[in-house]
Amino acid sequence: MTAQHSLSGPYQSEELDIFRHSVRRFFQEECAPHQPAWEEAGIAPRQIWLRAGELGFLCPRVPAADGGLGVDLAFSIATLEEQMRAGVFAPSVSVHSDVIAPYLVHYGTPEQKKRYLPGMIAGTCIGAIAMTEPSGGSDLKALRTTARRDGDSYVINGQKTFITNGIAADLVILAARTDAGARGIGLFLVETKSEGFRRGRNLQKLGQHASDTAELFFDDLRVHASALLGGIEGRGFAQLMDRLVEERLMAGVAAAAVIDRALELTVAYVKERKAFGKRVIDFQNTRFKLAAAKAEAAVLRAFLSRCIADFRAGTLDPATAAMLKYWATERQCSIVDDCVQLHGGYGYMLEYPIARMWLDSRITTIYGGANEVMKDIIGRSLR
Amino acid sequence: MIRSHHYTPAHEDFRTTVRRFMERECAPNREAWQKIGFTPPDLWRKAGDAGLLCTKIASEYGGGGGDIFHCLIILEEQTRIGFGELTFYLHSDIIAPYIALYGTEDQKQRYLPRLASGEMVCAIAMTEPSGGSDLQAIRTTARPDRNGYVLNGQKVFISNGHIADLIVVAAKTDSGAGGKGISLFLLETKGAEGFTRGRCLKKVGNKGQDASELFFDDVRIPPENLLGGAEGRGFVQLMQRLPEERLIVSMAAVATMEEAVRETVAYTSQRQAFGAPLIAMQNTRFKLAECKTKATLARAYLEQAMDSFIEGNFDTTQGAIIKWWATEKQHEVLDACLQLHGGYGYMTEYAIARRYADQRLARIAGGTSEIMLDLIGRTL
Repeated sequence: MTAQHSLSGPYQSEELDIFRHSVRRFFQEECAPHQPAWEEAGIAPRQIWLRAGELGFLCPRVPAADGGLGVDLAFSIATLEEQMRAGVFAPSVSVHSDVIAPYLVHYGTPEQKKRYLPGMIAGTCIGAIAMTEPSGGSDLKALRTTARRDGDSYVINGQKTFITNGIAADLVILAARTDAGARGIGLFLVETKSEGFRRGRNLQKLGQHASDTAELFFDDLRVHASALLGGIEGRGFAQLMDRLVEERLMAGVAAAAVIDRALELTVAYVKERKAFGKRVIDFQNTRFKLAAAKAEAAVLRAFLSRCIADFRAGTLDPATAAMLKYWATERQCSIVDDCVQLHGGYGYMLEYPIARMWLDSRITTIYGGANEVMKDIIGRSLR
Repeated sequence: MIRSHHYTPAHEDFRTTVRRFMERECAPNREAWQKIGFTPPDLWRKAGDAGLLCTKIASEYGGGGGDIFHCLIILEEQTRIGFGELTFYLHSDIIAPYIALYGTEDQKQRYLPRLASGEMVCAIAMTEPSGGSDLQAIRTTARPDRNGYVLNGQKVFISNGHIADLIVVAAKTDSGAGGKGISLFLLETKGAEGFTRGRCLKKVGNKGQDASELFFDDVRIPPENLLGGAEGRGFVQLMQRLPEERLIVSMAAVATMEEAVRETVAYTSQRQAFGAPLIAMQNTRFKLAECKTKATLARAYLEQAMDSFIEGNFDTTQGAIIKWWATEKQHEVLDACLQLHGGYGYMTEYAIARRYADQRLARIAGGTSEIMLDLIGRTL
């Protein structure tokens, strides 16, 4: 990745360069060649998680006191950018490191941190977060899974779906209801070896085939009261809302990286491919489409840089994060679609990476809060 | 609030001056000027007195010694009062710099103070009936002669053409040399024999600003009015100025989008339909969310571009990217905002209707969107 493409900006350092370089090698050399096999299997093998852990690529931002490297956000961004640019969607490192680990770091009790973070860093404890249920996704307040207090434990009953890392997970952060209303939601640290926990099918998806996505079932699953994240009831909704800003920021980072890769692949293809006696890039329509995409990418990157700066300063508000997630993922889908078109028939063949990107991109306007939810958040902020 | 480490409290003081000027001098007269189709010389002198002209020109030539943020502030404040078509920016930040950057010392001293005071209003004449963005193909000629040059030809769509006292004219001094045969001349219109202004052209929007045809029939230009004193530099001079011109057009687009979103949020919050304010409808909120997102991204890219401009790194590609993006999104945003105004959005007494018509030019002037894509496409 060229410096111009890097979002590290003022946080550039030799240490980060070295880190980025080794992350790139890991994804390009140790993951990319196996993607077809992992896609076939519907999951990345546990060894690759252990390998990522061994190399120090999991949860690098966890503070040193909790066993992590304690490095800056720039390291997470670099990891995600390199993963996207290598065309690798599994293992879902970013979900593990940037979505799940921060729950423990920000809200966990010292015991909870001590119990799970070292394993998450090593790759021996793979994380998942379970919010969505069959009856509702983005509408969190409507969730039905219950956690009934019983002496010094909770008894959990319910069902979750579309859970990334759901098949591989050792630890699930589970959103469940301890009481009615938004204040009745708690997050529970559920170990998947627990009795009463059952995984459903590894769901068949349109794209991101190597990333396991599962239904999860909880039948009279008993956890000790100390499994409640942070140890206090009723904070789950606020914790989820609070973490979504960062999740949406990372969705923007991923989208910008995918757009860059789509453009690189397509520019290379149209320079080489001939039609009607000239190169495809020699047609004005091709140049205009790609020029428009390049301009979109440049503007997105400027906005993303600003969002990252605001996030560091603690001022990235939910509406702006929603703008980023909505805009970036929508641009991603439309640009990747244009790129498929410029590839012609080859763009429809899965042996061409652009075809895979097209499939893998489709979920982005839905996950992390559907883009309609993003517009709702932005729209409400205007009044 | 503008986010840039180049933006200072002094800029905010300037904004106060500009806002007062716009409210006192422009807002009450806007409609009258839109009726006659141009702004009177008196306005320009008042603007000069208030320090609103040539803000970026060095103070030794009568200018304000400021930077590009002064231009942005003027554009934002004129947009606020619904007078986006006011051409101070054209005079001060697009045309005067030709003289400041390429003029001889004598030319700078003769003209810049008069442009800064508003005694003279200027225009630039590039486009001809036979071609716009394709500059190398211009047909107006400047034939050398014992006492300078003789200008023949015709120009069209010239902003400020009707009111200009000084016109920078692009003409061929060597018709066989393509771009290298183009030179720029400083034509004083007062008493210029053979110079005639055609009609004030009827336009879709920008009603308070004149755009004219200009005719040159054996117009004499003294040798000391060849810009920079050397022939054949016109094409390069024009090309060098284009990125900044496009940045300025984009500044106006960003200001307009933001204002349109504010206006439309206010309108839909107050307007009732089916027993509730329009903004209570999901579609209204979604459309406004889309518009707000576009305006926010445009602002983020603009601020990055302005910083890079001040630091001397703003290039042709960035100029093309921002102009294409900001003006295309402006068009989408204004159309969506007009739609949310319903029938009132079609009435020109509503600012949104005028803004919608005014902004249509931005995708054409200063190089069309298609030229922008062509420029970006060449870098692939």
